[in-house]
Amino acid sequence: MSEHGQPHIAPLKTYLNVFAALMALTVLTVGVAYFDLGAMNILVAVTIACIKAYIVILYFMHVKYSARIIWLTAAAGFIWFVLMFALTLADYATRGWLPFPEAW
Amino acid sequence: MSAQAKQENYLNAKHTVASWLFSLDHKRIALLYLLTILLFFVLGGIAAMLFRVELLTPGPAVMESETYNRLFTMHGITMIFFFLIPSIPAVLGNFLLPIMLGAKDLAFPRLNLASWYVFTFGGLLGLGAIIFGGVDTGWTFYTPYSSTYANSQVILAALGIFIAGFASIMTGLNFIVTIHKMRAPGLTWFRLPLFVWSHYATSIIIILGTPVVAITILLVAIERIFEVGIFDPALGGDPVLFQHLFWFYSHPAVYIMILPGMGVISEIIACFSRKRIFGYPVVALSSLAIAILGFFVWGHHMFVSSQSMYAGMIFSILSFLVAIPSAIKVFNWVATMYGGSVKLDTPMLYALGFLGLFIIGGLTGLFLATMAVNVHVHDTYFVVAHFHYVMVGGMVMAFFGGLHFWWPKITGKLFPELLGRITVVIIFIGFNLTFFPQFIVGYLGMPRRYHIYPEEFQFLHVLSTAGASVLAIGYMLMAVYLLYSLVLGPKASRNPWKAAGLEWTTPSPPPTHNFSEPPVVKFEAYAYDEEEVYQDDAEPGDKGHG
Ligand SMILES: [Cu+2]
Repeated sequence: MSEHGQPHIAPLKTYLNVFAALMALTVLTVGVAYFDLGAMNILVAVTIACIKAYIVILYFMHVKYSARIIWLTAAAGFIWFVLMFALTLADYATRGWLPFPEAW
Repeated sequence: MSAQAKQENYLNAKHTVASWLFSLDHKRIALLYLLTILLFFVLGGIAAMLFRVELLTPGPAVMESETYNRLFTMHGITMIFFFLIPSIPAVLGNFLLPIMLGAKDLAFPRLNLASWYVFTFGGLLGLGAIIFGGVDTGWTFYTPYSSTYANSQVILAALGIFIAGFASIMTGLNFIVTIHKMRAPGLTWFRLPLFVWSHYATSIIIILGTPVVAITILLVAIERIFEVGIFDPALGGDPVLFQHLFWFYSHPAVYIMILPGMGVISEIIACFSRKRIFGYPVVALSSLAIAILGFFVWGHHMFVSSQSMYAGMIFSILSFLVAIPSAIKVFNWVATMYGGSVKLDTPMLYALGFLGLFIIGGLTGLFLATMAVNVHVHDTYFVVAHFHYVMVGGMVMAFFGGLHFWWPKITGKLFPELLGRITVVIIFIGFNLTFFPQFIVGYLGMPRRYHIYPEEFQFLHVLSTAGASVLAIGYMLMAVYLLYSLVLGPKASRNPWKAAGLEWTTPSPPPTHNFSEPPVVKFEAYAYDEEEVYQDDAEPGDKGHG
């Protein structure tokens, strides 16, 4: 944690691990796409994407090593992003619930 | 008087063009912004006058449909992105926020200047889009029309808006840091003027919302240029997704436009009622409530878009909830005036106009948030009337009210009070004559964005165009007497309205560093019961207002 002064320099190994994790999750996303999980399709894809974003924010964007105020800022952005997704998906997920012919 | 006349201030400190274009003084940057946005206001106004003339007759009269489409799009884009969004924050907020906080400048003066350049560059691209043929998508850029079919300057306009968005973000960031870090000693959060609170709330919306519209508009450009399927069903995209992303920003953007106006109204009503704002902490927190709740209501623009009925119900209920903090503000302003010694000077007349028009605009918003009623009036002139009552009746009234209230502070000159009052009345009448008939014609079924309509609607359209002319006369009259005041107006004293607030403790116009010595705050912003707070040091020669 470096509140002030010089920026934190993470060891190269951390970056390589993060890169490996991101690649593995990408492979997982592609792999999962071959199975039809019905309503779970979006949920699984978005969950994996969120985990990836979380890793990127923490390590590549150095939030893990930053001051509290940066945590707050990043968290606000992330929470708002989740809200946007949640309410948008509230539309897509429930469109078929009414016994009307599917719209489009 | 002579001692004051020779005093150096931010206006006479330096005279070169470069001293303005490269100024880091928040007050000068505010004036640069003022000139720029007024230019766009005039442009948007001219477009409006032109299509109002076209709408005088039921058939096509002076222009083709394509010209008409380009004119209303130009009106919407310039007024929203290049006038309303920056209007109060970048001009009055920029000028007043540091002074109200007792600071020398904003936290990041260079970022502030950069924001003006970025905004101007975005504005020039927008202008370019108009000059090279215009845009015909409407200000909402709905896909897939905008991303695939429109053969107008969509990309140029989108780029302009994208870039101007960064200027907003810079301003918002600057305000948040300044409010947190640069308050004068003794200026606690609940002593802050409500103007500052509302700018704080606005800045939060700007920072959380603007990136989304920037990315969305960029996606439209990407789909247009590279034919990547994002929003166009023919390419495998989803047009409703665009509406989700667009309104995620553009509904909160309504609060970016109106919240600073509410801040101005709080200052004016307190001063001209000689009272503390009733329920100050609640009014302050209601700004934050509006900022946050405003993010959860965007689906009310999409009730007829094939959006799920269940999502529609959630968005409908949440939209109703936003009415609560807005109503809190209105009730508390009225309660402030109750029992106060109300004086009807020009700024107060603007504030009263705001109250009446905002109430109509806000309540018709509830009609529109009701799903079943929305189906009937969706995309009709009812919607047009509703948002003009909020944006013009609310925000533009607040902007001009604020401009008149702080005019003596900004320019060091007084404006002719009687002409000011007459102008408010003209604007108020012109406004209602323009937009009230639109509620009726919309309810009767006239859709927005068409210039050919059934003959039975003509009478209402003629009223509306007549009103627009009256409104234009009001604005021009204002331009004339304000310019007159700028050159020949009598000198303003330090505090001509006898208002409380730090900005009135420093000379008019303020010195470059705002205060001769750093102020220490002992009272809250509206301590109208403490006589030492609102004294004016006018000498017999300088007659204040009233
Ligand atoms: Cu809305």
